Amino acid sequence: MIEKALTGSKGYWAWMIFLLAIMGMGGMFYTQQWNYGLGITGMSRDVTWGIYISQFTFLVGVAAGGLMLVLPYYLHNYKEFGRITILGEFMAIAAVIMCLMFILADLGQPIRALNVMLYPTPNSMLFWDMIVLNGYLFLNVVCGWAVLHAEYKGVKYSSWVKKLILLSIPWAVSIHTVTAFLYCGLPGRHFWLTAILAPRFLASAFAAGPALLLVVALIMERTTFFKVGQVAKDKLVTIIGYAAIINFFFLACEFFVGFYSNIPGHMHTLEYLFWGLSHDGHVYNNLVPFMRASVVMGIVGIALIFVSRSKKSDGLLAASCVLIFLSLWIDKGLGLVLGGFVPNMLEQVTEYYPTVPEIGVTAAIWATGFFVLTLLYKVAISVKLEKES
Amino acid sequence: MKKDRRDFLKIAGLAAVAGIGAPSAFGSLLRGSDEALAAAPAAGGEEAAKSGKRLGMVINVRAFAAQPELAEKCTEVCHSIHNVPDFGNPKDEIKWIWKDKYNNVFADSSHYKRPGGLAEVPVLALCNHCDKPPCVRACPTKATFKKSDGVVAMDYHRCIGCRFCMAACPYGARSFNWRDPRGKDENGNPFIKTLNPKFPARMRGVVEKCNFCTERLAVGQIPACVEAVAGTGAMFFGDLNDPNSEISQILSLYYTVQRKPSLGTYPSLFYII
Ligand code: SF4
Ligand code: SF4
Ligand code: SF4
Repeated sequence: MIEKALTGSKGYWAWMIFLLAIMGMGGMFYTQQWNYGLGITGMSRDVTWGIYISQFTFLVGVAAGGLMLVLPYYLHNYKEFGRITILGEFMAIAAVIMCLMFILADLGQPIRALNVMLYPTPNSMLFWDMIVLNGYLFLNVVCGWAVLHAEYKGVKYSSWVKKLILLSIPWAVSIHTVTAFLYCGLPGRHFWLTAILAPRFLASAFAAGPALLLVVALIMERTTFFKVGQVAKDKLVTIIGYAAIINFFFLACEFFVGFYSNIPGHMHTLEYLFWGLSHDGHVYNNLVPFMRASVVMGIVGIALIFVSRSKKSDGLLAASCVLIFLSLWIDKGLGLVLGGFVPNMLEQVTEYYPTVPEIGVTAAIWATGFFVLTLLYKVAISVKLEKES
Repeated sequence: MKKDRRDFLKIAGLAAVAGIGAPSAFGSLLRGSDEALAAAPAAGGEEAAKSGKRLGMVINVRAFAAQPELAEKCTEVCHSIHNVPDFGNPKDEIKWIWKDKYNNVFADSSHYKRPGGLAEVPVLALCNHCDKPPCVRACPTKATFKKSDGVVAMDYHRCIGCRFCMAACPYGARSFNWRDPRGKDENGNPFIKTLNPKFPARMRGVVEKCNFCTERLAVGQIPACVEAVAGTGAMFFGDLNDPNSEISQILSLYYTVQRKPSLGTYPSLFYII
């Protein structure tokens, strides 16, 4: 089956070589980081996590988002998703691989990473996160591959696979819940200390994951004979649209609690993210343009995605999915993690700017994710097209 | 008992010299720490562990106000004996004990018109050796752990450098080795000016913080910072759970405050303001 990834059009090979080039460039930057230490990044004593951990947080959402395809098909027998569930599972694989790479890139002593397993510490949420992430990777690799292989052979997958698939459904919820618990259980970090952090993560996951998937699927419709199907597309629009709406509703709830209660700690980070925080006669606002753009793109995206459905326009659909995805990427992949460190624990402000090597490593990990994703999708689509023709 | 009493009177005398003054009626009204009061609702009315040893420290801000150079002295001695590197920039900074503004150390306390230039007084900040330490809770490898005497210690050889503990500490007490502390700057000057061979220098990529001088305690010495200000009544150290200890006497005589007591971390550091 894997041999399907070894034949492809010129475009396919160009894309793969492009990704490999980015990966190689990032590898060089990582060597620099390896030799110098994490000081090569923009992180500091005050902002101790930067874009590595924020990408990780966002990508856990993308991984969990596959659930929105698996659940309707396997639990509710929603046949229209039959052709694309495998895409959800394979996207989860690529996303979890990126998550693990981002964590490794962020460790000060990566060679000691196994200490998390050698000295298991159940009171640490990071320990649980490692378990659920690796478990989820395992479940998706096994289920995705088994289902596709059965299709390749023209038989039905065995019954244990179904059991594992059913297990992967609550598991998808767990990965994002535990990831939210990394943040929301820390005393003194008011911005993160909110009980709706896990629900917020899930809402954005259920919008961002399927949005990315739909964009990729639309590209494949253009470049191959693969078809998602109009009914499935319409259904995905409903899922993405409502999940994104709920995400913004939750954000509004955070604003209400912060500003109506008037508790400074609950307002500071929101002020920093959306207006700029004045401190000692200086206004700190480096994330403001991004966060405002996130809200605008999110709202426009939600409006457009429903228009695209009534107009049956693929172009509009792709555009709205990109907008929603970018909006959520800024919200979770930048603001949420970086904002939590401003102001610091002594109410001083340090702003964070990623450095070139840091951005290079980040880009390379994304490229690795897309590399894995392309490989897996290539195999999946080839098998499906072969069976259908 | 007799000796304890004598010691205590000496301390009380020193404290008076340092400007605390005799405990007023107000002081005795507020006798004891505010720990139980402040954290009572959160912890169901129970104070943190009363049994066993719990080492703690009292910092007398008034004494530091009278002799501001003391704060620098504490930092100096701690950082030199513990091989704390100086990178010369705030981004890579590592610090175990440092002076900061009152408004920052006690960021959540409010004094509408602060008495006598309090805002300008140097206030020392260091690890609080919390009785319920969130850094220990968060650490995925037990590289940060609490010892039976209450000291929150670290194993630099186990730390993976995930910095989860730094996100978890509500006091900004922890530092990360962003680069090699044993290295040199562009001009060839080592980041650790003079290496103390008796204490391990850390490696790149691990977290560190004040260890309450656990290596000195092991040989019967008191923390270096407390020793550095000996005789000024500026700092006291001892077992909070021993009613006869010097520190217990101080705590029952003066009105003391902890940093962010509402978070349920039960700091073992107390400040006389
Ligand atoms: S002050 Fe911070 S580092 Fe020290 S014990 Fe408390 S939480 Fe841990
Ligand atoms: S950085 Fe080290 S001490 Fe801190 S949580 Fe991670 S492993 Fe534990
Ligand atoms: S107790 Fe020891 S380690 Fe802690 S600040 Fe004082 S001298 Fe430094």
